[in-house]
Amino acid sequence: MASEAATETTRRDFLYVATGAVGAVGVGAAVWPLIDQMNPDASVRALASIEFDLAPVGVGESFTITWRGQPIFVRHRTEAEIAEARAVPMEDLKDPETDLERVVEGKEQWLIMIGICTHLGCVPLGQKPSDAKGEYNGWFCPCHGSHYDIAGRIRKGPAPKNLVLPPITFLSDTIVKVG
Amino acid sequence: MSGNSSYNPTGAVEKWFDERLPIIRFSKEHLMDFPTPKNINYWWTFGAVLAFILVVQIITGIVLAMHYVPNSELAFDSVEAIRRDVNYGRIIQATHAVGASMFFAAVYIHIFRGLYYGSYKAPREILWILGVLIFVLMMATAFMGYVLPWGQMSFWAATVITNIFAAIPIIGDPILALLRGGFAVDNATLNRFFSLHYLLPFILAAVVGLHIWALHVPGNNNPVGVEVKSSHDTLPFHPYFTMKDLFVIVVFLIPFSWFVFFAPDILGHPDNYIPADPLLTPPHIVPEWYFLPFYAILRAIDFDMLFISSKLGGVIFFGGSIIVLFFVPWLDGSKVRSGNFRPLFRPFYWLFVLNFLMLTYLGAQVAEGIYVLLSKVGTAYYFAYFLIILPIVSRIETPAPLPASISESVLGKAEASGEKG
Repeated sequence: MASEAATETTRRDFLYVATGAVGAVGVGAAVWPLIDQMNPDASVRALASIEFDLAPVGVGESFTITWRGQPIFVRHRTEAEIAEARAVPMEDLKDPETDLERVVEGKEQWLIMIGICTHLGCVPLGQKPSDAKGEYNGWFCPCHGSHYDIAGRIRKGPAPKNLVLPPITFLSDTIVKVG
Repeated sequence: MSGNSSYNPTGAVEKWFDERLPIIRFSKEHLMDFPTPKNINYWWTFGAVLAFILVVQIITGIVLAMHYVPNSELAFDSVEAIRRDVNYGRIIQATHAVGASMFFAAVYIHIFRGLYYGSYKAPREILWILGVLIFVLMMATAFMGYVLPWGQMSFWAATVITNIFAAIPIIGDPILALLRGGFAVDNATLNRFFSLHYLLPFILAAVVGLHIWALHVPGNNNPVGVEVKSSHDTLPFHPYFTMKDLFVIVVFLIPFSWFVFFAPDILGHPDNYIPADPLLTPPHIVPEWYFLPFYAILRAIDFDMLFISSKLGGVIFFGGSIIVLFFVPWLDGSKVRSGNFRPLFRPFYWLFVLNFLMLTYLGAQVAEGIYVLLSKVGTAYYFAYFLIILPIVSRIETPAPLPASISESVLGKAEASGEKG
């Protein structure tokens, strides 16, 4: 009698499994808020996009602004620098991208990137005239020795990718919106 | 090891209590009468040193939390206020900060002792695994504690180390956001690190409890690596080893105190006295000395391997350098525990120690030129030691003859047998 009951699916088995399932869902529902509270909160997510004016930046100058707590590198490149960036053969690049893919067409002099090394998130040097610019005359990450060229492309060192480009829109000739 | 209790409750009250909660019996068995091999040397005292430092860290930490403010605007100043304004705060803060370094100094000695004397071998595998787990918890705790003063090194250590998780494919970025609570390391990160830094030491203490439990099942290993065979091989833990441990703790407190009183900052970095600046990376980021070997391994992988990027590769080797420790009991197949009886093992072991020291040195150097090459060589040897040398050496070597018992190793053959007869 007992062995017969064990092989047969009964109402009791169903209730047993159903109770367990409800319990598991309940525990999941209770745990999720405790995990999700660690994600970026509303005040962080609400950080709007920013706009800024490029007019005061002279040729060959750089400046840094903050967007979502991250530095944005803006560089007004010289003709020579643009030519240098374009002359690099694709096979020399670890993360191949042409210079044109990294700037807005018609605004090739403006290079706007997130100034965070794609290796482990340090801020590379190269924004100030006195900074080390690395072996490729662009940016140099002092943490683990990644060298970026004048288009922000990784050339040497442990970083896997080129410096990331933020979403940008030219609202006018000199007003740029990031985000 | 049960059955060695010499506890005989005297009087009705003690007896009544013992029948309901045998905590006095337990303490007597495990803290006083526990049979301990009589030949263990001074390298065996660091377990007690570590237990002592854990208590010091928890007590000083609880006190510091009474004055520290986990807020990105106030944290830096609150630590300065502890050092300048709080009564004895200068000493308490220094003890906690130096204590972290002392903790790692002692744990490295403890781990290398285990590696030399084969303390990880059967039946002590779980004991060893719990030890590695403690080491991992210590690293997590120390890292988050280092972030709390919110200086430049704190901030950039938090940035670099949390970024390690971003290297994981697909789930990396969501994990990164979850860890940081924002697009970048910020106040939310500082707050959770403080919360976890307070939590983890108690988890650590619980795992230490398991570690000691796992130790008390087979009992201590010893320098000859021969199991305890009779009561002639052991002495009660108290007073013989409590006194020895206490003596070493006192000696250990001499350098500890020297750092606390005369050079509380010598193990840190001047850059951490600059408040955190998210827009300016210090020119040379260096972790605390106790992370340097693993940091050198992380940086050594600056080349892609097949479809694995250099970034992910570095993280895999970094994580792998710890994870490999969990498998040491099965990588080393030698039946002989102690390195004293393993002529072929010994040179490789000492080379491993030297290599570890070299990696420590390299982790503090700039990632350029010869240092990168040496880091690669050091990383290669680190993994080769565990994955190639230990398995092969343990299978081809002819160990030296082992003494029949611990007593024999201490007293010589004739006397030991005379003692038995």
